[in-house]
Amino acid sequence: MNQNSEALKQEEQAPLSEDGQKQPYTKPIKLKKHRKKPMLSPRKMWQKTLSYFMLIIVSIIMVGPFLWLLATSLKSGSENIFAYPPQFIPENPTLANFGAVLEYFPFFTYLFNSTVVAILTVGANLLFCSLAAYPLARMEFRGKNIVFILIISTMMIPFQLLMIPIYILALNLGLQNTYLGLVLPHATTAFGIFLMRQAFLTIPYELDESARMDGANAFQIWWRILMPLVKPSMVTLAIFTFMMAWGDFLWPLIILNDQSMYTLPLGVQSLQGNFSSNWRYIAAGSIISVLPIIIVFAILQRYFIEGAMKGAVKG
Amino acid sequence: MKQRKFTPMMFLLPGCIILGAFIFYPMIQAIWLSFTDYNMIQQNPDFIGVANYKELFADELFWKVLGQTLLYLIIVVPALVFLPIFLAILVNQQLKGITFFRSIYYLPVVTSMVVVGIAWKWMYADQGVLNFILQSLGIIDDPVHWLTSTSTSLFAIMAVTIWKGLGYYMVIYLAGLQAIPPNLYEAADIDGASKWRQIIHITIPLLMPSIMIVTIMSSISAMKVFEEIYVMTQGGPLNSSMTLVYYIYNQAFDSLEMGYASAAGVILFIVTLMFSIVNIAFMNKREQAMKG
Repeated sequence: MNQNSEALKQEEQAPLSEDGQKQPYTKPIKLKKHRKKPMLSPRKMWQKTLSYFMLIIVSIIMVGPFLWLLATSLKSGSENIFAYPPQFIPENPTLANFGAVLEYFPFFTYLFNSTVVAILTVGANLLFCSLAAYPLARMEFRGKNIVFILIISTMMIPFQLLMIPIYILALNLGLQNTYLGLVLPHATTAFGIFLMRQAFLTIPYELDESARMDGANAFQIWWRILMPLVKPSMVTLAIFTFMMAWGDFLWPLIILNDQSMYTLPLGVQSLQGNFSSNWRYIAAGSIISVLPIIIVFAILQRYFIEGAMKGAVKG
Repeated sequence: MKQRKFTPMMFLLPGCIILGAFIFYPMIQAIWLSFTDYNMIQQNPDFIGVANYKELFADELFWKVLGQTLLYLIIVVPALVFLPIFLAILVNQQLKGITFFRSIYYLPVVTSMVVVGIAWKWMYADQGVLNFILQSLGIIDDPVHWLTSTSTSLFAIMAVTIWKGLGYYMVIYLAGLQAIPPNLYEAADIDGASKWRQIIHITIPLLMPSIMIVTIMSSISAMKVFEEIYVMTQGGPLNSSMTLVYYIYNQAFDSLEMGYASAAGVILFIVTLMFSIVNIAFMNKREQAMKG
């Protein structure tokens, strides 16, 4: 009995000192009196090893194709990239392919175009969605429900049906090969309005009331009182829209035919045509093109993953 | 609580103009176009009734494409509903460096489909890594022409769609997992239930809301698959990897048969609408459940 309770005590402390996290209670086990690091039970040890083993296997599956592309991009002209069995580590790693591909591949133009389009799309969505969401969340007016239902119903209409009329419209408006043409069709999303409305709904109404007493008009209430309180939702919407704009392929493919206006995805796709089977150059160009998003992701990964969790309501 | 009549209008106007101009108006025009012979070249399209739909239903390629799209759905959706559950369970453990692994699994999600498509095209090469691995493991004898054979191209592209989507749905499940009270597992541990039984009897039932969301989201996006096909096979060989959206794109922007393509677009709309209605019904139910 005494021995058992002592083991229990140690067990309670052991996992805490192991990685600072509380762990579920497990069966008491025999422990040696005092070690610097408490030993894990063989079962736990085995579980942990198995977990790491699986984590690593999945990691290899998830980054393997990228690493293979990277390895190919580093291979010199004298090395056979079609060698069989494949040579995973380049014999004489070289950056020559990157230099060569940058001569023909206007990476910085594409990066600039992608950045402009992403910033404009994110800015437009933050502004227009939060503007539209404000009366839907906090005002009473005739036809409010109908307007809201109409807005939400746009989520059900696939862009692939609309792309033909939008293309015709964009041609008539002279939007081909312009930033505006790339941004406008995605400048407001029903998902954004929905998300911002949910955020506005959670703020107590007394705030509006007291601001109104102080003589603030609706616009001032929206901008000065409410907007600062919905920053987390703004971040979610910003990341969500950024990902959509940055990765978009179909619409730029339709509306752009001037290479100097290409965004990164279109630029990378054109590598396949320009260097038909020069896989060293295609690989090098692809690797360069993913660096910006990987850097952004590495810095903001917490927000990316939280945003995806919150964005799960989107259809 | 006074408020001028047009105040709500002013806030709604910019967003509604954009939604109106780029969704509602094109929507009506798309339906109208589907009843015309519009083809970019002639200025005044003629109304031709349901001729486009008749032609569509008589087109063998359309049925082939529709069948391939549904096959895509049938394979990709279950994979994207179940595999990420296990990934989420794997990365929901409290281990050192677990956030690093989560980020690694999310990497294909943030990478553009074009780069993913190129990376996999290279993996799928006849003398590529995939053939090498499968041969070394003794699973295949001769190299498979993954993307250039009519029997494998569609499945090879499905694998890429699944691979790219795993991390995204994993994160959605992770949110669901973290909402499950840990004492349920503690109780099951005391009762001596194995890890596997805990997954079947605790995790899966309590994840049902997330499973529904993932099912609907992945169904709608599988119906619209386009980029991976454009980058890797362009619908080939012999249309064996062509799906509905690629067919619409081809008809509209290669053949310039915009009226005909719009009719195919309307079909796509009707199919995705069915998924969306289920989605919205489900979202309402969940909102009510949360309120009650």
